[in-house]
Amino acid sequence: MNDTVLVIAEQRNNQLNPHSLEVIAAGQQLAAQQGLSLVAALPGATLDAGAASLAETRLDDLLLVQHDLLEPYTADAYCAALGQLMAELNPKFVLIPHTYQARDFAPKLAASLDRSLISDCVGIKPGESGPVFVRQLFQGKVNADVVALGEPPYFVSLQAGCWPAESVESGSATPRSMDVSLDASQIRARAEAPERGAAQAVDLSSAEIIVSVGNGIEKEENIEIARQLAAAIGGELGASRPVIDEGWLPLERQIGSSGQTVAPKLYLALGISGSSQHLVGMKGAKTIVAVNKDANAPIFKHADYGIVGDVMEVMPALIKALQG
Amino acid sequence: MKIGVCIKQVPAKDSPIAINEDGRWIREDDLKYELCGPDEYALEAAIQIKEQHGGEVVAVSLGPARSTDVLRTALAKGADRAVHIQLDAPEVTPPLPAAKALAEALSKESFDLILSGLQSDDQGFGQTGVIVAELLGIAHTTVVVDLEVTDGEVKVKRELEGGWYQSLSLPLPAMLAIQSGINTPRYASFKGIIAAKKKPLESVPAAASTEAHQQTLKIYVPEKTKDTQFLEGDPDDAAQALIAKLKTEAGILS
Repeated sequence: MNDTVLVIAEQRNNQLNPHSLEVIAAGQQLAAQQGLSLVAALPGATLDAGAASLAETRLDDLLLVQHDLLEPYTADAYCAALGQLMAELNPKFVLIPHTYQARDFAPKLAASLDRSLISDCVGIKPGESGPVFVRQLFQGKVNADVVALGEPPYFVSLQAGCWPAESVESGSATPRSMDVSLDASQIRARAEAPERGAAQAVDLSSAEIIVSVGNGIEKEENIEIARQLAAAIGGELGASRPVIDEGWLPLERQIGSSGQTVAPKLYLALGISGSSQHLVGMKGAKTIVAVNKDANAPIFKHADYGIVGDVMEVMPALIKALQG
Repeated sequence: MKIGVCIKQVPAKDSPIAINEDGRWIREDDLKYELCGPDEYALEAAIQIKEQHGGEVVAVSLGPARSTDVLRTALAKGADRAVHIQLDAPEVTPPLPAAKALAEALSKESFDLILSGLQSDDQGFGQTGVIVAELLGIAHTTVVVDLEVTDGEVKVKRELEGGWYQSLSLPLPAMLAIQSGINTPRYASFKGIIAAKKKPLESVPAAASTEAHQQTLKIYVPEKTKDTQFLEGDPDDAAQALIAKLKTEAGILS
C-alpha cells in the first residue's frame, strides 16, 4: 500500500480535458522519480471517449469510476465516489488538474480525510525527504517550495500549461471499471447539465496580433487609446479579467482561464501584471511584449520585449511610432 | 437570513514584494494592505442579499491585529457585526488550519449562508471556503457568478472554463465561493464610516493550531522563463525602439 501515484482525470463535454494529459505527464515523472506505480482514475457516467484517450498513455492501471449519479457534476457525488476510490487504492500521492471542477471538490475530498491539498502547483522537484512542490504566491510574484507532511495520501493540484502534454509517454492501458455505490440522497445540490454561455462574436484565437489591456489602464475612458493602438497596429483588442469585471470591455474580449486561449504572433500585454489565470490564456503567443510600471510584475518573466513605464504614456507613444 | 462573509486583508495590489531574512515570508514593514479583491465581491453579495431579504451580515476575518481594518471597511459598507480571529503568523498559513480556525468561530452561530471570495490575492490556495463547508457539514459550490436566494435554498450559476456554465440549487445552509465580477462592489459612504464606529467588532483567539499536513520550506522570486529585452528611455524612445525591433528582429510588422 501507499505505493501509488493516482491521477484523477477529468472529462469535459464528453472528451478528456487536455489538462488531464499534462497531469498524466507530471504523474509519470513523479512515479519514476519516487519508484511508485501510476494509476489514472476517470470519474463520470459516460466515459468512452476519455477512457480511450487515457488508454493511449503509459499507466500501470486505468480505473473508470462510473456511476449515473456522477453526471451532471456535483461535489457531493464526486467526493462520495472518490472517497471509495481512496479507501480501495490507498495512494501515496493524488495528482489533480487544477481546474474549476477540481477547485470545487478536491479541497472537500482532502479535508474529509483530514488531509491537505497543495493547490495550483507549477512544478515538482526532487527533495531530501520526498518531492518538493512549487506553487505561486502573490499572484505569481513569489514562488514557494512546499512539502507534504504527516500520513499520506498527499493531495496536489497542478496548474495548466506547466507540464507539456506532448511529453506524455504513450502506452496501452486497459480500462477497468470500479464499482462505487452512490445514492441520490447523498447529493445535496440539484445540478443541471453544463451549458455554453452566449455565443462569442469575437474569436480572438485566430487573431495574429492582440493588444491586451489590464488593471494598469485605470479608467474606462482609457480603453479608447488602446482601441486606437489596436487599429494602428492592425490587431484585435483583448483584456485580462479585472477589465472585464469592471465592465469596461465585454466578456468576449477576455483572455485567460475563464476566457479565451490565444496564440497570436504578437501579444501586447499593457498594464497586465500576469496572474497565472491570465498567463494560461496567452503564453503560447510567439512574441510577447509587456508594458508595466512595476518592473517586478510577473508578466515580464514571459515577455520577449519589455517597457517599464506607465501604459498611459507608452500607448500614445506606440501609436506615434507606428504612424511615423 | 443570517449571512457570514469570510474576508481577508492582503498586501495592496501594486505593493513591491520583498522576501524577509528567514526566506519564509515577505517583509511586512512599509507594506500597504487592502481588502482582498475577490472578497470585495463576496462582501457586496452578502450585503445585497441582506438588502433583499433582511437579516444580518457578519464579517469574519482571520489574521493579525491589522486585519481589523478590513472588518471596519466591511462594517462601513453595510455589515452589521464583525468577528476578528486573531492569528499572528508571519508565514504561509496552509488552508486546512485556516479553515479550522474559521469554522470554529462560525460554528458558534447558525448561518444560513456563508460566503467567501474564490481565492486570496496573497496565498491563492482557493480552498478555505470549501473546507469550511466540509467542516461545518454544509453544502457548497464555487466560482459563483450569479445567485438568487429563495425559500430555503439558493440558486446559483457557476462558471466552468472556456465559456461554459452550470446552474444548480443548494439547500440552506450553504457556503458559496464567489467569483470576481459578480456585482459592482460599493464604496463606503461617509455616513457608513461614521456608523461603523458604533457597530460591534469582537476579537477572539484562533482555535489551537492543528496539523497542517503541508509546510512551506522557503519562498523566493521565480526565475525568468524568457530573456526579456528591456527598452529604455522616455516613452517615445522606448516605443520607437520597440517598433523597430518588432520589424527587424521579430519580423512581425512590415
